Amino acid sequence: MTDHTRSGISLRVNDVSHRLSVDNRRTLLDALREDLGLTGPKKGCDHGQCGACTVLCDGRRVVSCLTLAVAADGAAVTTVEGLAAGGELRPLQEAFVRLDGFQCGFCTPGQLCSAVGVLAEHEAGWPSAVTADDDPERTPELDEAEVRERMSGNLCRCGAYPSIVRAVLEAAARQGGAA
Amino acid sequence: MSPDRTVGAVGASRPRIEGGLKVTGAARYTADVPMPGLVHGQLVTATTSRGRVRDVDASTALGMPGVLGVLDHRNAPRLNPKAGNYFGPDGSLLLLQDEVVPYAGWPVALVVAETPEQARAAAAALRVTCDAEPHDLDFDMDHPAARPASTAFGPEADTGDLEAELAACAVVVEERYRTPEESHCAMEPHASTAWWEGDHLHALDANQGAFSVSEVLAALWSIDRERVHVRSEHVGGGFGGKGVCGPQMILASMASKRFGRPVRIAMTRAQVFETTSSRPRTEQLVTIGADADGRLRAVGHRAAYALSPLAEYIEACTEQAKVLYAAPAIRTRLTAVPLDVLPPASMRGPGATPGSFALESAIDEVAERLDVDPVRLRLRNQPSVAPVSGLPFSTRRLVSCVQEGARRFGWAARDRRPRSRREGPLLIGTGMATASFSAGVFPSTASITAEVDGTFTVSVGASDIGTGARTALTAVAADALGVDAGRVRLRIGDSDLGMAWGAGGSRGTTSWSFAITEAAKELRGRLGDPARPVTATVDTSALIDFQPGRERQTFSAVFAEVAVDPATGEVRVRRLLGVFAVGRVINPLLARGQVVGGMVMGLSMALHEESVRDPRTGRLANGDFAGYHIAAHADVPDVEADFVPDYEPLDPSGFNGLGEIGTAGTAAAIANAVWHATGTRQRTLPIRLDRVLEPVAAGKDTEGATEGADHAVTRGA
Repeated sequence: MTDHTRSGISLRVNDVSHRLSVDNRRTLLDALREDLGLTGPKKGCDHGQCGACTVLCDGRRVVSCLTLAVAADGAAVTTVEGLAAGGELRPLQEAFVRLDGFQCGFCTPGQLCSAVGVLAEHEAGWPSAVTADDDPERTPELDEAEVRERMSGNLCRCGAYPSIVRAVLEAAARQGGAA
Repeated sequence: MSPDRTVGAVGASRPRIEGGLKVTGAARYTADVPMPGLVHGQLVTATTSRGRVRDVDASTALGMPGVLGVLDHRNAPRLNPKAGNYFGPDGSLLLLQDEVVPYAGWPVALVVAETPEQARAAAAALRVTCDAEPHDLDFDMDHPAARPASTAFGPEADTGDLEAELAACAVVVEERYRTPEESHCAMEPHASTAWWEGDHLHALDANQGAFSVSEVLAALWSIDRERVHVRSEHVGGGFGGKGVCGPQMILASMASKRFGRPVRIAMTRAQVFETTSSRPRTEQLVTIGADADGRLRAVGHRAAYALSPLAEYIEACTEQAKVLYAAPAIRTRLTAVPLDVLPPASMRGPGATPGSFALESAIDEVAERLDVDPVRLRLRNQPSVAPVSGLPFSTRRLVSCVQEGARRFGWAARDRRPRSRREGPLLIGTGMATASFSAGVFPSTASITAEVDGTFTVSVGASDIGTGARTALTAVAADALGVDAGRVRLRIGDSDLGMAWGAGGSRGTTSWSFAITEAAKELRGRLGDPARPVTATVDTSALIDFQPGRERQTFSAVFAEVAVDPATGEVRVRRLLGVFAVGRVINPLLARGQVVGGMVMGLSMALHEESVRDPRTGRLANGDFAGYHIAAHADVPDVEADFVPDYEPLDPSGFNGLGEIGTAGTAAAIANAVWHATGTRQRTLPIRLDRVLEPVAAGKDTEGATEGADHAVTRGA
């Protein structure tokens, strides 16, 4: 008998391919956490309001709690566990540790994935709400105001924002944007 | 004089020990830990603020896939009604024991199923019928049910003759201040996994003190505390909201008992808002009288807060009136108003944070009336001893904080007239406030084992909820043992490690450090045979002097600059600086993060946070992060914080706690800056757009007819 409440999906997560049978109600976040044991992405609100579950889906940041697993079928997903290639911390991760860009650490996986997305979006020339619209051809300079605006979907109740902004800017400078 | 301050591990900035785990997703929080045979519990909560459960119809839910069962007040295991918390008996621990609904959000049932989705679907299918009764959420200082607050934290102040002094004053300010119900909002929702092995209860739980949670569970289940094992390795923030044994923990232990499986309850964000706890609403009346030359003669501080009849609680708003200023007459009155509210709990800087908003706003109003600089007014009224207790301060570096802060902030260049500074349509203002927060130490135990390989294992029932305790205590132990920090292995977050105070009251680090320092002292006296591990264990209960004859406080001065858009009412904090006196600082990097984070929470309190309740049902109308805004990246400037040299003589290592002082003074500093920008006092938090929008009738902005002012008239009309 066919079970109409479940579906088979494929996910490529942190460069590893998986075939999964998931409850149709299962979110991408729960599939990562419960089915694949990748508990880096966190469930802070389950409503897309806090950003703790942020992952990269085909290179773009998404809140995985508002993404149904079946809708991510075929996607390449990067979680915080996949950011340190070969066990070596990225400059962004290293800057978070050195500059104390977190306290409790619960929002950190989302902040990091979001920051990777921010840097890529900036590199691609995407403007934000605080970007001056005087010259559409010019890539906006990534300054504190730009980072704050672009990272505002990621809440941190410990209030580590100033250190997070410093870490993102430093990582951007060190890697020419590809942090 | 300060004892030897030889630089060791203490005093050096070091990143968090667990930093690598936290940036790779490897740090496991309660709901991250896999567990064979795990099942999931989903709470169902009351939607009425007062009433009785008439029926819980589980017929549909029980037939749904994966459902193991439903617990409600008729079939749940019985708990010991004598169990309590820090303040005594606590009815909020007695979940599913009877049909009474004491507040909206009270758990009325728990659905247990194989998967989270199944549990959630079955919980939605549960039909709970309640008989609603009239509720009372009408908070008012003069409410008929108002009663004097508990004096467990100390007596009221009644120094001098307040009325006589006020009558002799050149200037008297008497104003009423209000702060709303607020929510802790730790990013990690409360979660617990519980299982029984025989008559031993095991749990992973998100809390601020595993030992005290184990004590409460032992009392609830009437078993020896040694049979309760609570682990809390990584905790995603607390701020007071995880200070007690939470509903997730109690219900998970009940469900596991009933169904014989490990049960995980991960509360939803909405449940964290409506079911766990909050900072209570306050209403405060501050009366301050001064001579024409700016000498304070009278300080009166009346404060009332809401609480639940389920448990005693103290929101000690009036404490700073007993500490900050010298005056011949000081009177405090603290009032508790029992209502059908969510039971309050300490939230970062309990009492001091709302209390400081009122007191330090009022002091600013005195400066305004006297036309003196608010920094000068504060410096003119510093006490030489604690003005109410008469005790000397163990250390008081408040003047240093104020002067250093004023220097860095560039305060001297400030024009104190309100509405004196503009940038285009924006009104710019600066303000400041001082704060104090009670410091001290509570009993804890620590064990240190000298291993045969030359390393040391330090075991202490501490919690690291983001405070940096793991890193700080490693440094403390290293210095106490006289070894490199690399040779110290720290074990925390486990109730089996022995009696310990939790991460709360700004007393976690001092309490654990004291025990570690004493254990190290004892161990160093016993090291002999390097071939066998040697362990020293110390309980500081008998070592602590609870009557030290000194007033022990931490201090701060906070400076803020705001830009106010009179057209939209938007307030943006552009600069925020805090200078702190918190004893000897263990790790400046992490300590700065703590106080900066505290100030960010204070900023959020000043401008954003407010739990809004539907008066008909009493339910939260904004119980999520869309409706209850906490400061986001874009709200927060580059906050600056630093410490003045300080040493606490009542602590063997010179330490004081610093988890809460950062929040305490910030809201008043911002409110005072908003006054300076606009000329209008903000006596109710948060400083919402509608409260700032320039009032049309007042015709305030006649002198400039700026674009912004024109806007305000249009929008206000």
